[in-house]
Parts: sequence; structure tokens; C-alpha cells
Amino acid sequence: MTKEKIITVQNLIKQFGNFTAVNNISFEVYKGEIFGFLGANGAGKTTAMKMLIGISKPTSGAALVAGFDVKTNTEMVKRSIGYMSQKFSMYDDLTLKENITFFGGIYGLSRSQIKEKTARLVAELGLEDTIDKLVGSLPLGWKQKLSFSVALLHEPKIVFLDEPTGGVDPITRRQFWEMIYAEANKGTTIFVTTHYMDEAEYCDRVSIMVEGSIEALDTPKNLKAKYNVDSMNDVFLKLARNVE
Amino acid sequence: MKRFIGFVTKEFYHIFRDKRTMFILFGMPIAQIMLFGFAITNEINNVNIAILDQSKDSETQKIINKISASKYFIINDAISSENQIENVFQKGKVKAVLVFETDFIKNLQTHKQAKVQVITDATDPNMANTIANYVNAILQNYTQEINKNNKPSHLIQTQTQLYYNPELKSVFNFVPGVMTIILMLVSAMMTSISITREKELGTMEVLLVSPIKPFQVIVGKVFPYIFLSIINATIILLLGFFVFKMPIEGNLLLLAFESVLFIITALSLGILISTVSNSQQTAMMLSLMGLMLPVIILSGFIFPISSMPMPLQIISNIVPAKWFIIIIKAILLKGATISVIWKETLILVGMTTFFLAVSIKKYKIRLE
Repeated sequence: MTKEKIITVQNLIKQFGNFTAVNNISFEVYKGEIFGFLGANGAGKTTAMKMLIGISKPTSGAALVAGFDVKTNTEMVKRSIGYMSQKFSMYDDLTLKENITFFGGIYGLSRSQIKEKTARLVAELGLEDTIDKLVGSLPLGWKQKLSFSVALLHEPKIVFLDEPTGGVDPITRRQFWEMIYAEANKGTTIFVTTHYMDEAEYCDRVSIMVEGSIEALDTPKNLKAKYNVDSMNDVFLKLARNVE
Repeated sequence: MKRFIGFVTKEFYHIFRDKRTMFILFGMPIAQIMLFGFAITNEINNVNIAILDQSKDSETQKIINKISASKYFIINDAISSENQIENVFQKGKVKAVLVFETDFIKNLQTHKQAKVQVITDATDPNMANTIANYVNAILQNYTQEINKNNKPSHLIQTQTQLYYNPELKSVFNFVPGVMTIILMLVSAMMTSISITREKELGTMEVLLVSPIKPFQVIVGKVFPYIFLSIINATIILLLGFFVFKMPIEGNLLLLAFESVLFIITALSLGILISTVSNSQQTAMMLSLMGLMLPVIILSGFIFPISSMPMPLQIISNIVPAKWFIIIIKAILLKGATISVIWKETLILVGMTTFFLAVSIKKYKIRLE
């Protein structure tokens, strides 16, 4: 199986004054895989991701996302990616339909494309009753799934998910991951940060960041074998202790 | 362009669906102008006064008649001794007591001079002052009348003419003032809140990740407020014109131009505030403390700048509202043209440029 690289990161560094948030990281992400980007809070994973999605400039190093340089071609990077943050990415005081129209619009979709997308979404998720409701009135789990769908509206090559399942119940998390699988099967690359170690098991490959550096990067199975433990949680604990 | 329209549409949904925003936008201007126009006023009307006439002659009667004929005073008590003065004040029945000396007419005829004492209740100093002035004016008027027949020798007569607002209507001062406050409030506070709201909700991040440029985000967020502020300014001027008979002497186009300029100044301040605050509450506190108080206190709207201590006079120069009030009063009341107010206009343009430059710089630093 030939693996097409869709994200290439080389010696990426980000410094804030004297503090080095991201310390010389290099890795690759392949097309269509679910790439888990793990780390404790403050390990630098959000900072690293911000550089990849073009809202933070690297201090040094290089990164290619979907073939475009994040330093020089931010505009094209932004067009190629979707993004969903841990906060909800939709407006509570707009209806679902208005949200879809708005986000479709800022990604440059035409009116007919938006109409078609909306119709498909309604059919797939059974939203006939919800489409004209204010998003604020929907249950949390729903909002999350819909945010994901909205992030995919413009058919991005890569979707960045920043702790997408924070604060949701296990059943909804499970359903959410099913949506992620379905999307990955279509060939979309998924780049997901999380600190739920059980979710790490669902990823094709995971990288674990500790204090600004990537300490491990492999499939969950290989990592568990390497550190001779049963769960990703233990892998993570071992790594974190080593650094201390 | 299509993106821009989509963005503005979304912004209008936010505005029209939020009752608080709608109230601040449209309820407040009307409430404020009505309040200032009808209730809070420097003019006096129907003030109760008492008379202590120790002479009771034909001349004092004439003066009393003159006073009670005016719409300013109602004589609701006649007292007979000085001991009673304190008493009527304490009861709060009257705001002033007029005391005619004994032998008023005799003094007037033999010495060409008679005394009237005006005693006012100065617990409300402004009111006391105004009452004294009004009584004085009536007495002066009376003196002139009797002098017509008597031909007095060597007397300096002052003739006072009040240009631009001959009746000293306070509403002529309040309409421009309220307009300034409202435009500042709507433009600066509402935009800073609406921008920080997106930051707080996390949607700002989503917008920044999208291909839409930060500049477009800001313009898209600010544009609806320019539009609404213009509507607000129009409502206030129409109310002033039709309800309070406020004159609009100057050119309407110039008025519109200056108002839009001030709206943009306020908006740029709002953007500046939003770049330094991360929550809606901070933005609101900053707007209220940093903008509203200076507008009310240091703009010359309520307290005259020329009678402030020097340091405050200097500080007042950096309050944009001060310059706008000068401009708008000149246009409305004096019919001023751009040749008279170009200096103030340039100051506003300069301030706007400065605020925008600082905001852009701050905004860039945030993105780094």
C-alpha cells in the first residue's frame, strides 16, 4: 500500500519569549488516516495544531499541509482544511439552516451547493424537524455531531478536531467516533487532539507530546507492545514519568 | 462580496434576535431624548414663591402682578414677618421669598432707589441661581418701564441678546448631547461586545481558520452597526426637530457626513476595546468606564469645559465626543459650514486613524 503524505512537519519550533511551547517536532500524516495527537494539557499540542491550521506563525521549521506551506500559502491551507474546536463551532442564536448557509458561504460555496448539502444532511441525519430550530435549543450531543458535519461542508481534505468530545457522555462519544470512521473511509484525513486515552485506541496512529516534544509516534498496537502494557493510558503514564 | 453579504446577514440575525441589544439600540435613544427633553431641564416653570411685602403700596403691587403674570412663578404664599421666611423654606412650600422694604414707593420717588431682597433656597444651587436671575430680569424690565417716563440721567443700560437659543431652551443642548452619547454607546460598546462575544464562544477561532480574512471579519461585524447608528442619529434628530422644535440651521449633507465620521471614530474605539478584552464583561466595563463617563463628564455636554480645572480641560481634548459636540452644535444651531469646523473635523479624522492603526497592530500581535 502506497502511503500518500498529506501533512509533513519538519523541525517545527514555536517560542513565546523564553518559553518554547513546541520544541523541534517532525512527523508525517498519511492521506485517509485517523491521526491522534495526544498530550497532557500544556504539552503544546494546541499550539502545534494552531500552526498547522494557519492561525499561528512558526518561529522556525516548516510544515506542508495538503501540499501547501503554512508559512507562505496560508490562504490555500485554510481552503483545504476543516476545523472543529472543543467549544461549539456554531451560533446558538441562528437556526441550523442559517448556520449551514453562513458557514457554507464563508467557504465560498454557491447557493445551489449549499441547498444540495443541506438537503443531503437533512436526509442522512433525519433532521426534518430540527433544521429550522435554533441551534441553542438542541442537545449537546447533537450540536457536536452537527458541528462536525458543518466542518465538512466544503469537503476538506483534512479535518482538524481539537478535543471534539470534551464534556459529552460516553454514548455520544461512541456515536461521534462512528461518524469519524465513516468520514475517514471516504478518504478524508482526520487529525484529532484528545486527552481521553481510550479514544487513542480508535486512531490509526498516535503521537504523544510531552513538554513540547513528540516522545512517541506509532500505531496504538505497536506502542503498547513497545512499552509492554495493556492500554494506551499506561503508555501515556510511562512516557510522562520518564520525563519527570 | 457574496461572503460579505452572508456575513452581514448573520450579524443582523444576532442583533434582531437579542432583545437586550434591540432595547439598547432603539429603546434607549427614544427614552433618553424624552427624559432629557421633558424631565431634566435647566429652565424653570411654575416655581412657587412667597412674598413678604412690608410696604404694600401701588408700586409693589405692580411688581407682584408682573411676577405672577409670568409663567415662571406662582405666588402661593404671602407672609407678614421675617420670622416666617425660615419657616416656609423648611416646609419646602416655596423656593424663593421676595422681600419688599418698608416705604418702598416713598424711597423710589424721593431717593430714586428702592430695595427688593430675593432670598432663595440654595439646597439646589442651580435652581437658586436661575430663580435669582429670572427675578432680576423681571425687575430690570420693570425699572426700564418706569424710567421711560422719568428720563433718568446717566444710566448704563445693558442690552442682552441671546444668539442661537434666545429662549435658553435646554433641549437645544441635550439633543446634540444625547445623540453623542447614543452614537458612542451603540457604536463602541455594541461592536466591542459583539466582537468579544465571538471570541468567548470560540466562533472567532473558527472564522480565523476559514478562508475569510480577519479584516473582512471585522468589517462584516462593524457594518451593521454603522447602519443602525445612522438610523439612530436620524431618529434623534427627527424627535428633536418635530417634538422639541430644535432648529437644524446647517447643511443636512454636512450633518450626515460629520455624524458618519463620528460613528466611525466610535466604531474604531470599539474595535480597539475588543482587541484588548477577552470577555464580553471586560468589553462592557471598559466601554462604560472608559467611554461613557468621559462622554458624559468631559465632553462639555453637561458641565462646561471652560469652568473646569486646567488638568481636566487638557484631558477633555482627547475625548472625541467633545469635538463632535462642538461640530454638531455649530451645524444645528449656528448653521456652520465646513470652513468653520474643519479643525474639529480633522481632529476626529486623526483620532479615528490612530485608533484603527493601534487596533490593527494589536490584532496582528494576537495572531502571531
